[in-house]
Amino acid sequence: MDSKRKMDSPESNVLTRSSPFPDEVLERVLGLVKSHKDRSSVSLVCKDWYNAERWSRTHVFIGNCYSVSPEIVARRFPNIRSVTLKGKPRFSDFNLVPLNWGADIHAWLVVFASKYPLLEELRLKRMTVTDESLEFLATTFTNFKALSLLSCDGFSTDGLAAIATHCKNMTELDIQENGIDDLGGGWLSCFPENFTSLEVLNFANLSSDVSFDALEKLVSRCRSLKFLKVNKNITLEQLQRLLECAPQLTELGTGSFHQELTTRQYAELESAFNNCKNLNTLSGLWEATPLYLPVLYPACTNLTFLNLSDAALQSGELAKLLAYCPNLQRLWVLDTVEDKGLEAVGSSCPLLEELRVFPADPYEQDVVHGVTEMGFVAVSYGCPRLHYVLYFCRQMTNAAVATIVKNCPDFTHFRLCVMNPGEPDYLTNEPMDEAFGAVVKNCTKLQRLAVSGLLTDLTFEYIGKYAKNLETLSVAFAGSSDWGMQCVLSGCSKLRKLEIRDCPFGNEALLSGLEKYESMRSLWMSACNVTMNACRRLAKQMPRLNVEVMKDEESDDSQADKVYVYRSVAGPRRDAPPFVLTL
Amino acid sequence: MSKQLEHDYIGLSEVSSMESSEKLTTDSEGSNGLNLKATELRLGLPGSESPERIDSVGGLDKNGYPLGVLKNLVSGAKRGFSDAIDGGSGKWVFSGSGGSETDLAKGGGLFSPRGGNGGGKHLGGSESNNQHSSLGTPVKNDVVPQSPKPMHEKKPQISAPAAKAQVVGWPPIRSFRKNSMASNLPKNDEDAEGKLGSGCLYVKVSMDGAPYLRKVDLKLYSTYVELSSALEKMFSCFTIGQCGSNGVPIRDGLSESRLMDLLHGSEYVLTYEDKDGDWMLVGDVPWEMFTDSCKRMRIMKSSEAIGLAPRAMEKCKSRN
Repeated sequence: MDSKRKMDSPESNVLTRSSPFPDEVLERVLGLVKSHKDRSSVSLVCKDWYNAERWSRTHVFIGNCYSVSPEIVARRFPNIRSVTLKGKPRFSDFNLVPLNWGADIHAWLVVFASKYPLLEELRLKRMTVTDESLEFLATTFTNFKALSLLSCDGFSTDGLAAIATHCKNMTELDIQENGIDDLGGGWLSCFPENFTSLEVLNFANLSSDVSFDALEKLVSRCRSLKFLKVNKNITLEQLQRLLECAPQLTELGTGSFHQELTTRQYAELESAFNNCKNLNTLSGLWEATPLYLPVLYPACTNLTFLNLSDAALQSGELAKLLAYCPNLQRLWVLDTVEDKGLEAVGSSCPLLEELRVFPADPYEQDVVHGVTEMGFVAVSYGCPRLHYVLYFCRQMTNAAVATIVKNCPDFTHFRLCVMNPGEPDYLTNEPMDEAFGAVVKNCTKLQRLAVSGLLTDLTFEYIGKYAKNLETLSVAFAGSSDWGMQCVLSGCSKLRKLEIRDCPFGNEALLSGLEKYESMRSLWMSACNVTMNACRRLAKQMPRLNVEVMKDEESDDSQADKVYVYRSVAGPRRDAPPFVLTL
Repeated sequence: MSKQLEHDYIGLSEVSSMESSEKLTTDSEGSNGLNLKATELRLGLPGSESPERIDSVGGLDKNGYPLGVLKNLVSGAKRGFSDAIDGGSGKWVFSGSGGSETDLAKGGGLFSPRGGNGGGKHLGGSESNNQHSSLGTPVKNDVVPQSPKPMHEKKPQISAPAAKAQVVGWPPIRSFRKNSMASNLPKNDEDAEGKLGSGCLYVKVSMDGAPYLRKVDLKLYSTYVELSSALEKMFSCFTIGQCGSNGVPIRDGLSESRLMDLLHGSEYVLTYEDKDGDWMLVGDVPWEMFTDSCKRMRIMKSSEAIGLAPRAMEKCKSRN
């Protein structure tokens, strides 16, 4: 109250001078601001707020590890306890980036060791992590609690053993899909006998056997365990025992869902699932067969996320299962469920917000299986709240997409992958321009878009004109000329990430974005028509951008085969391998 | 796992390895001293199985594995053939001309090596797990045969979309996911490793269309014939009208002629996945070699088995 009056009184220019609040209060208040975007905004208000924000921040998110250096981060934020780092360009997931490209966590750990000795959480995506780094992490940070690794490479199960051995306060060990060298399951047995703090354990993507005895004991003594995702070597029988120990689980990833059980075992398993009333997330289910899926039914009432992308279910099985999942919000499936399965989704899951359909046979071009536009349309009729879709299919039509976005105008993430590059509308044989045109016109909240199929510059004209909230765009085998890319660069004011492969965009397009790239996180262009000279020009004119080129073996000297452009306050990389040319 | 091993599209390594050396020889007079005639696998239509073959089965020809046995089995849902060939992680592709099997049969037509050798991702053991070397970087295949070259990310660019060439990193599936899916559908490698030693060697056997798999102990059998009858018994429950009133299958081993009607002339082949992650036709190699290298088996429709044994298929066709 007082402070407000003070602010209104004419003689105080409060906003630019001393803050009406003591610093501690301001810090306390700002400490409650969690979103890093909001925090960025806060820090821009004035110097006091900038300082209050930096002192109160405990979590930092770095979307591109090369955009900043660990020293700069440490200088600005003295009290960080939790770090999220992303490294390689996203197309490295699809083998477009060579090994040893970089994004090694170690340099960061060394700085953190001296500046953030109390570091608790580390979440890494597409970083290179070695066993040495993991050992360093485990032995240096005595308060370390949570480790999450996704799409990382360079480490083995030995590194996990180091973590299990040394981190006494571990609450989260989340090993998602990674390029891990699985040397054996002994790491799990490294958790000490008196270790009880684990809340999240995910080793679903490891293939070696762990000692079930060790696992069972671990699960029993960690009374706060909430998320448990085991690998496919864990049998149904073993799963049942684990569930007996931990009925409080909220997220479960089963092991192999296929084993010959006796009637009694089946009943016990059913009963174990029946006791898990708190489950909201279910995954795993490898090799699930109609015989055993019913044991899940009692546990599905509160499910909000069902991940069936490892279970090659047929439509009937899926339909039966979904009947028990009325509260489903997120569903991931394989396209073995086919359109019929998706129809069941449409009719059983009115609250669905996210759907991902993965191809069971992505490289099989002649097989007429999987899902088509019909499945997608069926879902859109039944699930008006749908806003996130990742859909792999072999055929699509402009009309279908138009219908879909009419039914579901709230799309924020629309990722459509027609698997054959350059595939036209299969009914009219026309390009799919109108499909994506409909998407951007109807879905004003669209943040992320991935396009596919036969596309001309018209698609990109539409995108540039209508997709005003677009932040991430992925393009492959599309477009007709530089004009397409230019439309996007000039029209999409909020664009942050643009990744392009195998498109006829060249120098003019690249250079048209000169001023744009500093407002973006990164640009990736591979197998396009960009030359080395154009890249050099870009680098020269925009010193705060890092322009990196990787050349293919067979290409001629003037072509820039893979171009990665990103803004950075840390200057050019000092750890670039020889095949990465920094211009 | 020898990621360096070059594999042609049907998964036969150029580098001579124990199990594959015989396959590529085109003359049946075993140049390496083995009785290749005996190991020669011939596919025939039901009823066309030559009598002499059947005779030899019981006796010396330990590889006389009569595929006729499997004709008892009903066709089920078709599984993607690519599962078998390469677990979906890299389509084996023919040359632009759609290379015929015969080309392959001659001189072991070797196609561009499947992307495995270090393929730009040292994704470590679990990925490079013998899943046919292909860590997801299939090669563009418009040259046949290509000399094996290191399979780096430096893939040639794709040709026009119309040519159904395999493209690097497309469809955009995370390579880690791809490998886990690949190992999921034809069932996981790891599980199929027999519990070696102590005299038992269990491997999984799957059959297209069957709702669940079985496991067999290869150590219980000493010939292909024994194995095939055991499998036949095991999977007979998936056949229609095969059983008499007492539930026992009512056909003897080889009455293909009656079964042909049931199955509309379709055939099945028994295939297995070897240590290198390649899908092979059962029956080519001596029994011991087979048990040493077999990790799991799959009974698939022979129409899907094109390419597994081009020579044999050729013979099959020529017999029709």
